[in-house]
Amino acid sequence: MAMSQINHKTTEKNSTDIGSAVSVQNISKNYGDVEALRDMSLEFPRGQLTSLLGPSGCGKTTLLKIIAGLLEPTSGHVEVNGINVSGPGPDRAFVFQDFALLPWATVLKNVAFGLQMRGVAASEREAIAERYIKSVGLAGFENSYPHELSGGMRQRVGLARALSVDADVLLMDEPFSAVDEQTRRKFQEDLLSLVRDENKTFIFVTHSIEEAVYVSDQIAILLPRPSRVSEIIRPSSFRNKGVDNIRRDSEYLDIVDNIWSSLRTYVE
Amino acid sequence: MIKRANLLKIVSAVVLCSAWEIAGRIPVSYAFPTFLDSMRSFFEMIGNGMMLEAYKETLQPLVIGVLISAFLGIGLGLWIGLNNFFDWLFSPIFIVMQAAPLAALIPLLVLAYGIGLTSKVMVVCIMAMPVIVLNTSGAVRNTPESFKEMGKSFLASRASILLRIIIPAASPVIFAGLRLGVSAGFIGAILAELKITPTGVGDIITYSRSIADYPSMYAAIFSIILLAVLFLNLIEKLETVLFKGNQRGYVSD
Repeated sequence: MAMSQINHKTTEKNSTDIGSAVSVQNISKNYGDVEALRDMSLEFPRGQLTSLLGPSGCGKTTLLKIIAGLLEPTSGHVEVNGINVSGPGPDRAFVFQDFALLPWATVLKNVAFGLQMRGVAASEREAIAERYIKSVGLAGFENSYPHELSGGMRQRVGLARALSVDADVLLMDEPFSAVDEQTRRKFQEDLLSLVRDENKTFIFVTHSIEEAVYVSDQIAILLPRPSRVSEIIRPSSFRNKGVDNIRRDSEYLDIVDNIWSSLRTYVE
Repeated sequence: MIKRANLLKIVSAVVLCSAWEIAGRIPVSYAFPTFLDSMRSFFEMIGNGMMLEAYKETLQPLVIGVLISAFLGIGLGLWIGLNNFFDWLFSPIFIVMQAAPLAALIPLLVLAYGIGLTSKVMVVCIMAMPVIVLNTSGAVRNTPESFKEMGKSFLASRASILLRIIIPAASPVIFAGLRLGVSAGFIGAILAELKITPTGVGDIITYSRSIADYPSMYAAIFSIILLAVLFLNLIEKLETVLFKGNQRGYVSD
């Protein structure tokens, strides 16, 4: 069983003709005189997880919000499934760093929010929301309010909300930075199975090198002043060795070290 | 827990009334009646229908003024909070209104609107509206940015963002403003009756003071405070019913 899964995955990952789900082309973004992004181009392969990694101020969240359609680029454009982005769309869902859960709404209502805004009828959206609440492991908390949950559970609600709208692309803005270390490790493992099981493209912003190397199929290293993609790393070997073996794999350790040595000069 | 809160309310009321009774018995002033005397007058006036007659008069400007202030105030507040231009246009008016010494302006209002209901409603509105408007607009402006971004990224329309995110997020501060505004409105209603024409509860206060019937005067004051407290509790209940999760605190703050 495990073997067949691995084989299946290997063939999928090795095929070279996976297109790009998201394509960022020559994006620049200025805030007044400040150049946040300059002429940035990046491809996000379909069905894979790409991390945007870099020191603070390198514009990774700005890029994510431009892809989400929450920010207008000063120039350049973003294509999702070949279609030009002009604002938020049903093909993308966002997971927020601070969860952005509505405190006056129950878990069920929070998860169903996206479906409600898409005009899905109440009974149907609640059924879908319940299913996703169960799938993120929060069954029994449907009628709790966000303040009654721990940080990790809150982010599970945010994740369920993003999954429930069944978007092709999941945009995650430092989703695990506000949860504790142990919860974060569990999240990272869960994220790996999510990427494997769901046929979605993940764009993941993080400032943690270990986290990026652990979860990513592709890591884009962003450097500041002016913001640019300095390097794209595609870990090849350790992804199929099982979640328990990744952190002691020599390639994993090498990549973490290399990234740190290229970033260290930019961190003061 | 709820029982304990109620118990504390009763205890604080008892402490207050006892202090009043003791102060009246010392007496701190000839013009300061005891609590029991005031209560006697209070029930007398209820019994002989005087209180009912008075409130028929007083409640008119009060209810009209508070309703106008609440609806217009929250509406204007939303508008000001959402739009920088209207903020620039209207905010100064309400800031001036809030700071203005109203009692000194009443002759001006009487000159413009006469001594009838209109002037009294105006007084109530001037007292009640600024805090409602300013609280609402401030709360709307301070809606957490990530809530609005969340709404946008999940394809909420502008109307949905306003109704389902901005207003619920602002509601605790809007209701705080409403409570302050309504209390100010009660003060305004009595002020109008004292300064424009003595009618209703203001008339009881003025008349009983002029004949040195201080228990009646304090009974009238007590009745308006009692009514205000009851009304504020009603607003609190309304808030709980409308926005259930909010009283349980914010998550991201």
